[in-house]
Amino acid sequence: MGAHPAVHVRSSPFAIPTKKLAMWLFIIADAATFAACLLAYGFLRNGSLNWPTPFKFFPTVVNAMVMTFILITSSLTMFLGVRDAKNGNRQAAFRWTIITAIGGVIFALLHLREWMGLIGEGVSLFHNPWGNALFGASFFTITGLHLTHVTIGVIVLLVVGVRYKSGRFDADDLEITGLYWHFVDLVWMFVVPLIYLLNVSR
Amino acid sequence: MEDLTKQQAGGAASYADSLTRYLIVHLAILALAGLQFVIGYQHIDVGTMIFRMFAIAILEAGLAVVFFMHLGSENRAFVTWVALVTLFVFAALQYSWTDSYRMERNAPRNYQTMSPPPTK
Repeated sequence: MGAHPAVHVRSSPFAIPTKKLAMWLFIIADAATFAACLLAYGFLRNGSLNWPTPFKFFPTVVNAMVMTFILITSSLTMFLGVRDAKNGNRQAAFRWTIITAIGGVIFALLHLREWMGLIGEGVSLFHNPWGNALFGASFFTITGLHLTHVTIGVIVLLVVGVRYKSGRFDADDLEITGLYWHFVDLVWMFVVPLIYLLNVSR
Repeated sequence: MEDLTKQQAGGAASYADSLTRYLIVHLAILALAGLQFVIGYQHIDVGTMIFRMFAIAILEAGLAVVFFMHLGSENRAFVTWVALVTLFVFAALQYSWTDSYRMERNAPRNYQTMSPPPTK
């Protein structure tokens, strides 16, 4: 016996799937977390007279450009995956989801390579060879928080992608995973100018 | 009835839009990101640089939220709710600024500008 349409509308606030509403709530809360970190970083940077500006065009800024390109493009591939899922094309949706996850893996590897380079130059949480000791703490905390989100995103993409392909998850699940991935991309748009571009050496 | 079905699908109808639109949005976000890198190498004061970069970042984020996250095609009540909750959360974050000034100057900000007490 099918339920009356009005019952469905009342059962989910704003007449959207409850899982999607929960993901939006999470995204807003997570945006507050990143905003708090970036505000704290801004306060530290402006309050410091010897804040270091160590990032050279090559390799750091070029690396950030490539990472930005990969992450923004992975948002497009994620969209294509969700689009195919909504159109009922499971195979194509799975393929785009895996391509998105590969983009995330490449992003994470490039990020780790950059971390290793900085650590090799003597940057740690509370020490660096250039100036204010908190530079390392703010850099590693904010980029580390973002990298954690990317890593979790890749794992979730793989799990949801495989389960979607096998029929255990539906297109809505892939769409909700996509919301998270787009959010990770969105945060990077604020991290790059504030953490990288404000600290380039001239 | 048709509207209700679309709403229950969570904006699913919008996925039937032309792919060209999303490619244009993707290219626009890439171009804006490129512009941020150009601004990063301009010889301007830090305040102006932050303002310009932040404005571009908000524009990029807006495009991503409206098109890739499909907030633009959700029902109006939901969009209003997301906007209001987000504004409230970000406004609440500003509560910490007063304490930041206290930490930096060991006193509320206006304390520093007060005249010293008169001496006898």
